[in-house]
Amino acid sequence: MTDRALAVVRAGALTTVQDRGRPGHAHLGVPRSGALDAPAAALVNRLVGNSPGAAVLETTLTGCALRPRCAVTVAVGGAPCRVTVDWRPVPWAAAVRVPAGALLDVGAADSGVRSYVAVCGGVLVEPVLGSRSTDLLSGLGPPPLADGTVLPLGRPGGQHARVDVAPLPAPPAELVLRVTPGPRADWFTPEAVRAFTSRTYRVSSASNRIGLRVDGPALERARPGELPSEGTVLGAVQVPPDGRPVVFLADHPTTGGYPVIGVVRTTDLPAAAQAAPGTPVRFVAARAR
Amino acid sequence: MNVLRVGDDALLVEVSSGEEAEAWHAELLRRRAEGTLAAREIVPAARTVLLDGLADPLGLAAELTAAEVPPAPPRAGHVVEIPVRYDGPDLADVAAHWGVAADEVARVHAGTEFRVAFCGFAPGFGYLTGLPGRYDVPRRDTPRTAVPAGSVALAGPYTGVYPRSSPGGWQLIGSTDAVLWDHRRVPAALLSPGTRVRFVPRGHQGGS
Repeated sequence: MTDRALAVVRAGALTTVQDRGRPGHAHLGVPRSGALDAPAAALVNRLVGNSPGAAVLETTLTGCALRPRCAVTVAVGGAPCRVTVDWRPVPWAAAVRVPAGALLDVGAADSGVRSYVAVCGGVLVEPVLGSRSTDLLSGLGPPPLADGTVLPLGRPGGQHARVDVAPLPAPPAELVLRVTPGPRADWFTPEAVRAFTSRTYRVSSASNRIGLRVDGPALERARPGELPSEGTVLGAVQVPPDGRPVVFLADHPTTGGYPVIGVVRTTDLPAAAQAAPGTPVRFVAARAR
Repeated sequence: MNVLRVGDDALLVEVSSGEEAEAWHAELLRRRAEGTLAAREIVPAARTVLLDGLADPLGLAAELTAAEVPPAPPRAGHVVEIPVRYDGPDLADVAAHWGVAADEVARVHAGTEFRVAFCGFAPGFGYLTGLPGRYDVPRRDTPRTAVPAGSVALAGPYTGVYPRSSPGGWQLIGSTDAVLWDHRRVPAALLSPGTRVRFVPRGHQGGS
């Protein structure tokens, strides 16, 4: 059987196709998108012999179940979870052979939020502006997976990695985000700026691919009103009128009118992508490099 | 002019007017095209230009801070014509704000040459400037949950056209069949920063 495709048996709470996104189009209002835990996506691609930019599946909390129509090599990483093939446990964060027609079940996350499923050859949906990523803000790219969705697969290319289990950082018990102040820290009272980098927040269940929302001390403005819209970056900590910070993740809007009190280092964002609701969050002041 | 650092590898060039932002945007695009500026994103906005993906933001910040304001770019390039029916549900409200009759709104709007100052909100959504300041209008008190695709709308100093149906608080003055965004088309966006635009009342297309 040469039908290189993957049928979705159980889509889970939210499973999307993700690659490295479509940076470079922000001036047209196009978010960058892409896998939130990019190192995990790159690792599972390497385990199945894909290029680091191949499209993978990103699950959210509840995993997903898939039935390949051809024999494939897969790897599941990111948030740790139970993985089975036809109900038999198989290793996590390792290359696994799935026979044609077998059921690959990616279980609910034991910890963390997002698991990544790489399939050899990559998911081959039609690219939009050079990327196959689903962008939940603007609706570009394929829609989130639904039960019954059939995803085309590419032809396997490289050799899959000869490792048993690949090292992955554990999802954070406490999320520490290094943040450089500005560009609009002066829109907040000195007390608010101090509170932001000294108090503890918690990840809100309202978080999504657009932003990590946190509950905690509201940050008081030193001046009222809105900024004229200005360009925003990945990791920007925007503070809407309710005073609760939002850390911009991959599907963030390209411009915004709420002041940005600081910017989280991009190297800290993969951990943010794996911080489950309720996880304590500390923002730590860091100097721009 | 202010040059603000944004994280580790971005800068926000902040100026005092939309015209200056336009001039800096053109200058920064020119530098990137000639190879003297490496930036992944150059994002103009109302009073700023964001530069993201910079190798040496500190060095560039020093250089830009010392630079003269670049000259305004020439009004070059063709004019995109957008056919429009001035039939929006907020036309009467806008006419009342302006203190004119509804057909005068259409006459003034269609008689203005616009320019895309910047994009945002949704892929292909341009913030168009060109109307004199006396025609600024507030957003609606209660945003609509669904503004139809192709709605031609006003808010503050801007005109915009909704590329697809979405929630929105702008005042709707008309509608168009023009396709603002089609990812299968090259370029996908009908409007990008700097594009000149005219709205042509339906039935009068082809003239310029």
